[in-house]
Amino acid sequence: MQKKIGIQNDSVGRKRLSAVKSKPSIAIDRKSKELIKGMVHSFETFGALDGPGIRFVVFFEGCPLRCLYCHNRDMLDLKDYMSMTPQALLKEVLNYKPYFGAKGGVTVSGGDPIFQPKFLKEFLKLCKKAGINTTVDTSLFTTKEVIDDILPYVDLFMVSLKHFDSKTHQRLTSVPNERILGNIRYLSTLIGSTCHHLPKLWLRYVILPGYTDTRSNLKALVKFLHGINFELIELLPYHTFGVYKWKKLGLKYSLPGVKPPTMRSVLKIKKMLEKEGFKVLLNE
Amino acid sequence: MIKIPQTYKNFKIGKWTDGIDVRDFIQKNYKPYKGDNGFLQGPTPRTKKLLKKVETLIKKEIKKGGVIDIDVDTPSSITSHKPGYIDKKREIIVGLQTDKPLRRAIKPYGGIKLTETSCEAYGYKLNPEVKKIFSQYAPTHNDRVFNVYKTWKNFYTPEREMLRKSGVITGLPDNYGRGRIIGDYRRVPLYGVDRLIEAKLVEQEKICGYMNEKNIRLREEINDQIQSLKDLKAMAQSYGCDISRPAENTKEAIQWLYFAYLGAVKEQDGAAMSMGRIDAFLDIYAENDLRSGIYTERQIQEMVDDFVMKLRIVRHLRHPEYNELFAGDPTWITCVLGGIGRDKRPLVTKMAFRFLHTLSNLGPAPEPNLTILWSKNLPENFKRYASKVSVESSSLQFESDELMRPIHGDDYGIACCVSAMTIGKQMQFFGARCNIAKLLLLAINEGRDEFEDKRVVDGVPKLKHNKVLDYNEVKKEYFKLMKWLANRYVESMNLIHYMHDHYDYEKIEMALHDTLVHRFMAFGAAGLSIVADSLSAMKYAKVTAIRDKNGVAKSFKIQGSFPCYGNDDDRVDKIAVEVVTEFVKCLKQNPAYRNAEHTLSILTITSNVVYGKHTGATPDGRKSGEPFAPGANPMHGRDKKGVLASLNSVAKLPYKYCRDGISNTFSITPETLGKSIEIRVENLSNMLDGYFEKGGHHINVNVINRETLEDAMKKPWKYAHLTIRVSGYAVNFIRLTPEQQREVISRTFHKKFY
Repeated sequence: MQKKIGIQNDSVGRKRLSAVKSKPSIAIDRKSKELIKGMVHSFETFGALDGPGIRFVVFFEGCPLRCLYCHNRDMLDLKDYMSMTPQALLKEVLNYKPYFGAKGGVTVSGGDPIFQPKFLKEFLKLCKKAGINTTVDTSLFTTKEVIDDILPYVDLFMVSLKHFDSKTHQRLTSVPNERILGNIRYLSTLIGSTCHHLPKLWLRYVILPGYTDTRSNLKALVKFLHGINFELIELLPYHTFGVYKWKKLGLKYSLPGVKPPTMRSVLKIKKMLEKEGFKVLLNE
Repeated sequence: MIKIPQTYKNFKIGKWTDGIDVRDFIQKNYKPYKGDNGFLQGPTPRTKKLLKKVETLIKKEIKKGGVIDIDVDTPSSITSHKPGYIDKKREIIVGLQTDKPLRRAIKPYGGIKLTETSCEAYGYKLNPEVKKIFSQYAPTHNDRVFNVYKTWKNFYTPEREMLRKSGVITGLPDNYGRGRIIGDYRRVPLYGVDRLIEAKLVEQEKICGYMNEKNIRLREEINDQIQSLKDLKAMAQSYGCDISRPAENTKEAIQWLYFAYLGAVKEQDGAAMSMGRIDAFLDIYAENDLRSGIYTERQIQEMVDDFVMKLRIVRHLRHPEYNELFAGDPTWITCVLGGIGRDKRPLVTKMAFRFLHTLSNLGPAPEPNLTILWSKNLPENFKRYASKVSVESSSLQFESDELMRPIHGDDYGIACCVSAMTIGKQMQFFGARCNIAKLLLLAINEGRDEFEDKRVVDGVPKLKHNKVLDYNEVKKEYFKLMKWLANRYVESMNLIHYMHDHYDYEKIEMALHDTLVHRFMAFGAAGLSIVADSLSAMKYAKVTAIRDKNGVAKSFKIQGSFPCYGNDDDRVDKIAVEVVTEFVKCLKQNPAYRNAEHTLSILTITSNVVYGKHTGATPDGRKSGEPFAPGANPMHGRDKKGVLASLNSVAKLPYKYCRDGISNTFSITPETLGKSIEIRVENLSNMLDGYFEKGGHHINVNVINRETLEDAMKKPWKYAHLTIRVSGYAVNFIRLTPEQQREVISRTFHKKFY
């Protein structure tokens, strides 16, 4: 049975997902796992900025969110992708294993890999079997079941923190933030407990001037962080390299007035977070 | 057996004291170093003052249009010029090519017309006496080569034009010094010149028995070599040094070694005059002196700094046509560092660190061309330091010791960029490269040049599938043409090198080789990625030739997609492998001068631009006149999977067939390499491990800054894989519009935060 994802227009005419459980729109035979296929947009074989070491970055197609500042807007609408089995994808990755060294491996990103949980799980499973380190770059807009399901095969989660005011969060990403923040807390407790498999957790925070660098939001960020078991927070200054993709798709980019933050302001935030006792990663 | 000189009392003796065997000396005496760079010393005030003087001179040179002065009167030889100094009071290591720093010398034995035009290009007039002597009385290499070329029917097109004009075969060393010979300069400090002369005489007696042509020739060469050694002694004496005896300490070791190299660059102006492998050798003296307190670490670094400064001011007078092929006044004083020994001990010493450190003490520079012989098993501290220096200076290249050591042993050096030879035991006849992309067009166009429609070669049939090209048919005609090209190429080289041997022989360089050397003949191919992609397009897509009234394809229409070289896709990568394998086979079918062993390199230097200019539109979609990718790099803009995929493609090219080297250039912004200097260093080190494990041979690492980004805007072909990345996002820089690129430049360097 083929079930389409529930895509609706929201109040401002943007498409967003209504369903909580996101299923790929390709038929799966539960008996024969070979038929599980994923939608993969592209690869980046030399990923040095997406987790530790050199990583093979897989950009999954599709995402449950629609962030206004998305820099990979061309990977979200299920229009432009390759259909691949987890085995075929692993075969690609193995060509680059000699480069990974002690810290490197695979990073699944996109879009959001959590959008295709079955394919994601199967692929991560194969990576672990092949002795490859795995990193999942996600919004974590999903269910606890999905998190439990993939957890044994993930070495590192990189989760994006978008905004702490739920209304603003919805404006910026098309979904409220309760589910995401709840999932992060859930993940954090798992990390804190004695589990047979403990993934690491990094948080990623885009510094979007006027939105996420406000005093109130930074205050909320700090408060939230103090309750979480995480290794480090990565600061990602807003940039406009991805805007041309929106234009190419014929879509209106609704943050044209926003300028990237100055180095000074970013360093200020870094310093503030370090003072709170957090480890901060920033490309300097 | 020779009596062991006093100077050797601090060394472990062995085979090297019985005969000339520098490798044995090194293996018995060097001290592997596994520590870090903490011991390194900064530049002394003296070094800084001297460096300033040199920099001022270089600025003056640039202002004057690239050449500060030419001695138009004195044909250069080892003893032709009075001693010269930059600053006599301050220099520790002395010796200049002429009597003044940066003053270029004429070397008319290469060619007299050349010499004249080179002088004129910079506003100087060659001494008319010199012109007369070398036009009427003394034969020159260039003159003799063209003497034979001009009546050699095979080297002409059906239209009576010399094949050189066609652009298929061009840039050969018929009118410039061939270079690529690495003298074992270490022999001079280790043995002293007198011992070396003695050894040559002994060899002459042993080898050259009966007076047949071969032995007469050898005797001639040996005697010329012996004379050059005597001249070397005289030259050193004019600087106040007695090099008849072995060096007794580090300063003398460096000075004697430099004199030997200086002799070579006084006598010759070969395109590449490389240094060889001197790090572990010199470290033996340094360790001794440090132990006995003769010199301190600071003093030793100072000597190395001085030596490197000298290497940076080596200059050769060049013809403007030469500058088109090899832009930027390069000298390729390639100096290899590191590597692993046959007995598995790393050959990394403190001296390797000291040479790398000159990039900090004296600032980054392309010369000497520091080349790391990389292995996964090198000491971690050295790998880290070399990667760090590379990231910070972009002045290093890396080559696979694991690939070369089984063939050349553990005492080899690199000539120019990628050409390996065992020091003192192997030499080569350099052959630049030919244009195999243009050759493909000849196969498609009945042997006609695609610009002027003139016939370059007879006997190429009109294709049965003349409009929509058929992969199998084109490949068949192409491989047939390869035979033709290989034949012309080898025969040309035989001619060129016969003449160079006779009329512009490298006396001092060959004096510092064993008499019975192994000879390579080093061929090259440019345009490999274009050929691979073109054949791939014919095989997997539909390529239609758009022909003019003479039937010559001026452009191509491509419908459908096809895999491109540079994406780690076997479908096209194996075509590239097949093309080089076939070309080497064709070359080997033509006997080489002096029984030399044919080798092939995939290396273009900067001639990729010139070749591009001489090649019309190709079936891979490349526009007419567009530059080729450098070396074995994939064409820019065709990668879809990022940098490592392109490295994987290049790594598939078989070194066992391309023994003269496979060149790969890798450009990246620092931010894309990682988020901090420590991470960048680690990533680079892991990347090198991975690339060489996949079978890669060579990589030039170019971690670029703003100026180079701006250059990338103007010359995208130089920066094929320049990837600007931020977390979670990738863009190939040269794919952005100029507007976007300007934005990236301003963002990346004004507000560095990616």
